[in-house]
Amino acid sequence: MQTTTVTEPHVKEHSQAAHADAHHHTETFISKYIFSLDHKTIGKQFLFLGMAWAVIGGLMSVVFRIQLGWPDETFPWLEKIFAAWFTDGKLNPEAYYSLVTMHGTIMVFFVLTASLSGTFANILIPLQIGARDMASPLMNAISFWLFFLASVVMFSSIFLPTGAASAGWTIYPPLSALPQASPGSGMGMTMWLIAMVIFIGSTLVGGLNYVSTVLNLRTRGMSMFRMPLTVWALFFTAIIGILSFPVLVSCCVLLIFDRGLGTSFYLSNIVIGGKALPFAGGSPILFQHLFWFLGHPEVYIVILPAMGMVSEILAVHSRKPIFGYKAMIFSILGITVLGFIVWAHHMYVTGMNPFIGSIFVLFTLLIAIPSAVKVFNWLTTLWRGNIRVNPPSMFAVGFVSMFISGGLTGIWLGNATIDIQLHDTYFVVAHFHIVMGIAAFFGMFAGIYHWFPRMFGRMMNDTMAYIHFAITFIGAYLIFWPMHFLGLAGVPRRYYTFNEFAAFSQYATLNKVITIAAIVVFLGQLIFVVNFIYSIFKGRKSVQNPWEANTLEWTSPIEGVHGNWNGDLPEVHRWPYDYSRNPNSDVDFIPQNVPLTEEEKKDYVHH
Amino acid sequence: MAEVLEIQEEHHFDPLTLPNNGEGGEESPMKISYGKTMMWYFLLSDAFTFSAFLIAYAAIRISQPWWPNPNSVFKGFPGFGPEANLPLGFVSVMTFVLILSSVAVVRAVQEGHRMNKKGVMIWMFFGILGGVAFLGCQAWEWNNLIHEGLRPFYNPFGPDANGLTHLVEEHQQWSPGPVAFGALFFGITGFHGFHVFTGVLLNVWGFVATSMGVFHRRGHYEMIEKLGLYWHFVDLVWVFVFLAFYLM
Ligand code: HEM
Ligand SMILES: [Cu+2]
Repeated sequence: MQTTTVTEPHVKEHSQAAHADAHHHTETFISKYIFSLDHKTIGKQFLFLGMAWAVIGGLMSVVFRIQLGWPDETFPWLEKIFAAWFTDGKLNPEAYYSLVTMHGTIMVFFVLTASLSGTFANILIPLQIGARDMASPLMNAISFWLFFLASVVMFSSIFLPTGAASAGWTIYPPLSALPQASPGSGMGMTMWLIAMVIFIGSTLVGGLNYVSTVLNLRTRGMSMFRMPLTVWALFFTAIIGILSFPVLVSCCVLLIFDRGLGTSFYLSNIVIGGKALPFAGGSPILFQHLFWFLGHPEVYIVILPAMGMVSEILAVHSRKPIFGYKAMIFSILGITVLGFIVWAHHMYVTGMNPFIGSIFVLFTLLIAIPSAVKVFNWLTTLWRGNIRVNPPSMFAVGFVSMFISGGLTGIWLGNATIDIQLHDTYFVVAHFHIVMGIAAFFGMFAGIYHWFPRMFGRMMNDTMAYIHFAITFIGAYLIFWPMHFLGLAGVPRRYYTFNEFAAFSQYATLNKVITIAAIVVFLGQLIFVVNFIYSIFKGRKSVQNPWEANTLEWTSPIEGVHGNWNGDLPEVHRWPYDYSRNPNSDVDFIPQNVPLTEEEKKDYVHH
Repeated sequence: MAEVLEIQEEHHFDPLTLPNNGEGGEESPMKISYGKTMMWYFLLSDAFTFSAFLIAYAAIRISQPWWPNPNSVFKGFPGFGPEANLPLGFVSVMTFVLILSSVAVVRAVQEGHRMNKKGVMIWMFFGILGGVAFLGCQAWEWNNLIHEGLRPFYNPFGPDANGLTHLVEEHQQWSPGPVAFGALFFGITGFHGFHVFTGVLLNVWGFVATSMGVFHRRGHYEMIEKLGLYWHFVDLVWVFVFLAFYLM
């Protein structure tokens, strides 16, 4: 096929096109935009709800950061807005703990799990493998609506008179198991548990769909090893979710029993106000094992989709084949497998046998290998590339930076001997915010800027995007880099104030700086939100294939049609990374649906 | 041929039916349909749920100084009164019933392959019957144990019962036996029972759909196969639950 045709969608006129139109008139507003079964719409729904959650979660962190930055001051104006959380202009300690808990829960589960996977698995899997929709569009919609329901329950819990759950996002018992332990441990905790069980239902239904779509609905020629790395990453993400979230269900069910039926799964020998409670024989450490068996794989559920998108975006915008395609896939596989056997590195200080501890040290450090493989592959993909600087590529590079910075501290923490000192300090907070929180957000932003034209048929504004990038990149390092030093000095996490500690008073100024940076970064995100909403309606119209990319989603009509392709599904002839292959051609990319030339057929060995 | 194509195209744009099943062209590496893929992954997932419960069971049990002897706990039998001493008699019946029910569903799947609607209905009926019987047995067993005083937070099977696995001095004062016993028993067998219950509901739905000819018109009884997979899984899980509570 001639290279000139490649920017055009490969549409063969066919009686089916007429057929597609014939069905359009049956759609109402509700069936098209609300209870839609179209994966593209469901993906957007995940994105919108996730963005709303991200703003809420971010705002919460601003409120508790203000407390940490100015622990002695009063804020009557804040009390006007958040009356329930403040007394005499100061944030209540209980409210502080609820805010920290909800911030963590919202960001980890609702934004970076449900919304990140939900958005991009929905939009990209069918479009990139050449399918008309998900294997089960109905289950797909159910997945979103369960997420919505979980969101409603979790959101309502914020308005309880006793406050939302406040035992931390990891909800360790006994704090979470005894309703009398704190105000947030009552109804707030109950609603947290209900919301999470519904949430897990949503993840399960969604994940089953993603996996079977990838396995069963690939178009002709799209062998497994011709799939873009985004699809590989989303595929393994779904498998991790399918295998790890059920353990959180068990974990929560036993906690619910302890709270409601008087069982003693996680409780033993508890005395409150001089009175012994009738709990015997349980173990809070059991809870930690069950929780972290999900908890650690969960961090990879968060990061893998971002990794997949960044791989794709870096290849497209540096106009080079991804370096080490198979190495990328096998490192994802390695991370998936190892991710299941490192959970106890969160529990080095629970008094575990040092021998067992050392085994977990070994596995934990091993997981750095596939992670490093990926990092080196991204760097070598960029190396001597014909890099196009634009918002998606900036954020993708930002992702790599964050992942390196945070990954290195992971190696520190993976060593039990160092972790005993650093556990539960701000060092850990710095580690996971950089490697998971910020990195995954960078991956998500890169994905949104890159696939915005695919979702809305328009481009986002570059200037606003660059400002957004600069603020977020510099600001994130300003917030979290200093936290390493706080942690090394022994400052514990999850404290309401450090006023009483003479040793920590020297960090008062640093804490103010962090808070200011946090506020600026939060405001910076509003620029993104404005850009996003503005561009949906007023953005520059996108051409069919704005980034000159090879993957199939750019061959499906950019305005988005039901069934994704008019006429036949595209047929795939090559892998997705044929960039800059022919130095004599003025087009430096060859989409996957372009047949091999005779010459290529001779020496096209790899894919 | 042309007619077949027509029907497939109809499917493409009706998201409620299979969206391009077979249209894509690439086969699943597992060589099974997407519905079975989903079911297998779901079962894997559910296996993790149960494993977590059973590991919790093991962790709590080995941390206790002693544990009630199953032979002196599970010795009742319907019709033999409170004095019955038939260790594991009743649970053997229950287990047998569940296995028979699984066999019946295997037969239903076979009949499905032969496109024999009658046969599917008959064997599904027996499968459902077995499931209901199992649930009935479980209800009796729970009722019996509750009568003997077992609660999620209280365990009457203390050192004064016969045949303790271990006897030590410092048992808990306020409950004769380790309280975790009741909690784990009701929790885990209850969760399993809940699975049997959903399985029965699903099988009833499968039976009704078969009788209405839904699968016959579809040209295959794959749905019955999927129900069968779930049903065997529930059976398999019971083997482990049985092992944990009754045999060890
Ligand atoms: C090089 C690989 C990594 C290693 C060796 C590593 C190691 C560790 C260790 C040992 C801890 C426990 C620290 C403590 O609580 O004392 C930890 C915490 C954490 N890590 Fe990593 N990590 C790595 C990469 C990642 C990645 C890629 C993510 C997420 C995408 C992540 C997310 C987290 C989170 C969320 C926590 C803290 C959870 C909490 O206590 O609230 N880590 N890491
Ligand atoms: Cu971890």
